[in-house]
Amino acid sequence: MFPTSFGPWLDYTINGLVIGNIYALLAVGLALIFGVSHLINFAHGSVYMVGAYIGWLGITKLNLPLPVTFAAVAVGCGLLGAVIERVGLRPLRNAPRIAPLLATIGLSVVLDQSAQLLFSPDPRALPTQLPSWRIAIGGGSIGALDLLIAGVGIGSAALLYGFLRFTRLGWAVRATALDRDAAQQCGVDVDKVNRTVFAIASALGGVSGLLVGMYYNTIDPNMGFQAGLKGIVAQLIGGVGNVPGAIAGSLLLGLIESYGIALFGTSYRNLFAFVALILILVLRPNGLFAKARRLPPEPLTGTFIAPSRPLVLPGWLIGLLIVAALALPFAVQQPYLLQTLGNAWLYALLALSLTLVAGTVGQVSLGHAGLLAIGAYASALLALDAGIPVLLAVPLAGVIAAALGTALVFPAFRLRGHYVSIATLAVGEIVTLVILNWESLTRGPIGVTGVPPLSVAGTPLVSGQWVYWIPLVVLLVFAGVQTRLLSSHLGRTLRAIREDDVAARSYGVDLNRYKGLAFAVAGFVAGVGGALMAHFYSYINHETFPAPVSMLALTMVILGGLGNVAGAVLGAVVLVGLPELFRAAAEYRMLIYGVVLLLLIRFRPQGLLGTV
Amino acid sequence: MTDAVLRLDRVNSFYGPVQVHFDLSLEVGRGQIVCLLGGNASGKSTTMKIILGLLKPRSGQVLFDGQPLTGLSTPQIVRRGIGSVPESRRLFATMTVRENVLMGAYTRDDRAGVAEDYERVLDLFPKLRERHAQQAGTLSGGEQQMVAMARALMGRPRLIVMDEPTMGLSPLHVDRVLEMIQTINGQGVSVFMVEQNASLALQIAHHGYVLQTGRIALSGPAADLARDPQIRDAYLGGAQAA
Repeated sequence: MFPTSFGPWLDYTINGLVIGNIYALLAVGLALIFGVSHLINFAHGSVYMVGAYIGWLGITKLNLPLPVTFAAVAVGCGLLGAVIERVGLRPLRNAPRIAPLLATIGLSVVLDQSAQLLFSPDPRALPTQLPSWRIAIGGGSIGALDLLIAGVGIGSAALLYGFLRFTRLGWAVRATALDRDAAQQCGVDVDKVNRTVFAIASALGGVSGLLVGMYYNTIDPNMGFQAGLKGIVAQLIGGVGNVPGAIAGSLLLGLIESYGIALFGTSYRNLFAFVALILILVLRPNGLFAKARRLPPEPLTGTFIAPSRPLVLPGWLIGLLIVAALALPFAVQQPYLLQTLGNAWLYALLALSLTLVAGTVGQVSLGHAGLLAIGAYASALLALDAGIPVLLAVPLAGVIAAALGTALVFPAFRLRGHYVSIATLAVGEIVTLVILNWESLTRGPIGVTGVPPLSVAGTPLVSGQWVYWIPLVVLLVFAGVQTRLLSSHLGRTLRAIREDDVAARSYGVDLNRYKGLAFAVAGFVAGVGGALMAHFYSYINHETFPAPVSMLALTMVILGGLGNVAGAVLGAVVLVGLPELFRAAAEYRMLIYGVVLLLLIRFRPQGLLGTV
Repeated sequence: MTDAVLRLDRVNSFYGPVQVHFDLSLEVGRGQIVCLLGGNASGKSTTMKIILGLLKPRSGQVLFDGQPLTGLSTPQIVRRGIGSVPESRRLFATMTVRENVLMGAYTRDDRAGVAEDYERVLDLFPKLRERHAQQAGTLSGGEQQMVAMARALMGRPRLIVMDEPTMGLSPLHVDRVLEMIQTINGQGVSVFMVEQNASLALQIAHHGYVLQTGRIALSGPAADLARDPQIRDAYLGGAQAA
């Protein structure tokens, strides 16, 4: 694994620059979009995936010549970009900045799932018609595809530079990025500028997807998620909104990954990017090339709290619902129904946890599934490898999830808005990747089998009733505590941080301490939820809690109403319980979540029960 | 004043539940410099937003050359022939002086005419000729004000609206800016300016309005206003208004 001669290192360098070029095509688009609209476009990775599939259609189905395929990808994705701007950004232009961000997440889910339904989830080969010669250089070698990628990268950068420098529309793009109001007062139609920028960025992103597909000779509907994140990381390294910085950041990220793989192995590939992201957020949140180490300006702030009057459920109704829920197993004996609802209660724990940080404190976390994973692995391994009784392992796992979760997100505490979302997303990925790679502790890709079930005095509690009752009782306890917390002095302080952190600080609120406390409570609740899942499922691996679970959690809490305890439970029952009970085809489920998320953000941001 | 280039007719505007303007009516006569005076929170800058379509009035209308601007977006209003010199200039800081000035001609398609006008504004502000390749953010406040005015002129407007053109400038530059406004006006362009510094504004204006908590408290020829004891007490007593 440690090449000593020069040749392999040259290969790694070339490989790093090629990959960096591909990231650059993504990152430049993200930087342009951020420049004019102050939006981090989470749908960008999906556009990249769509580009790869248009290319696949062109090459393998229609047998188009390669240049025609590239043109088709650029045009198709450019149009898609304009649609994303129209659906995801323009209707939300007066909403808080986090709203379009969430909309792009919804769009990304819809695009990925649609591709999965259209083309099946299986990877497909994307054969290139390029000649297979390679030029040997000093022990390394460069192939035709490497040169093509470099050419496309440099060519696009040159075209883009020319566009921004010498065309009227290019000037309008720069002017809008610098001062939107002043640009409008020069007669610039800002909507047109946004549409143009989304189209250009998406065309570049689509071409990037096609090149990646050709480079690895494989494409799949979920390839966009990681790639989009890499583009975001590269952009952050270069400084958000900084186009030349995005290119430099991308090449740097490509090299870091390539050398990292050379030193540590392929399975660590994605870890470098996310560690680099966290380091950048801690050390230089404005990117490597920013002149001053100051925090980014205001546009990144703003929570997604739509002012609303929460629906107050009368006490007797809540009491009645609780009694009915507790008594249900006496009336219904079907284990399938009880199991499904039990699972909904477990997801409600996740929603409860997320609604506290995202709703009450306004820190929209996009990596909440990571907390489930930490809790699940901690409890399973404590029970299996350390021989700790399950009943003790579960709360311990909650403590571990609280501590690790808070420590991992801590670097983002002094940041706001988008940055918290990106940092938590990265933390979620890091958790998964560490689980995958720390084989001596976690058993790596094999997963943990034979996780012991919860038991009392030697009797395992595995029947349908227990699978239903245990999560329900835990949920009721935590929900009760959280309701009390919201009406306490602490709850008011947390909401004050959400509404205006500067004002809160000027009244003497120590932001880090309170955000830490909120993440710790949330980590404990989600950790216990994950632990219970591990003991009920009896098998877990790194894919048990994937990133889509975080998106699902977000959809649940927005559906119920951010910050709303009853809403979190309702969201979990509606989104986890109902589709299962109505036997909605599993492959449509994520698509439905994406559409629900989009519709909520657009039409009912306060959710069903209202925000608290 | 029958030949008005700009007329506000009983405008009522709001920020959320808060009413800013109460039946605000005023006129800018063709070829004149008209100033709108008033203290903080009197609704001066909001008047600019209303004219430029950045804020829509709840009732009443803005007429430009007799045509209502109701329902038009800011870029559409600018295309009709209103140039803007925004508060604190709002230049595109990392774009060059040349790029900034030419951004003012964004709505125009006649390349030859634009090139001609560019030369013309450089003749008007010779300082900018030597600075044309410099980033606008690196200029001094007075020079930035020249760029902002040159930018507004490039759209060949019939009316230029200016939001506190003298704000934040040194006394030396203030006089230069007043001269520039008169120069622009001399080119046949009507000027509507919002100012806190009443004594300065009344020196060059033909007509003035005094805005108080969203209502016109006084109006008249600038010379009369400058002599008006009420104005003297409220705005001309010290250097700056309250």
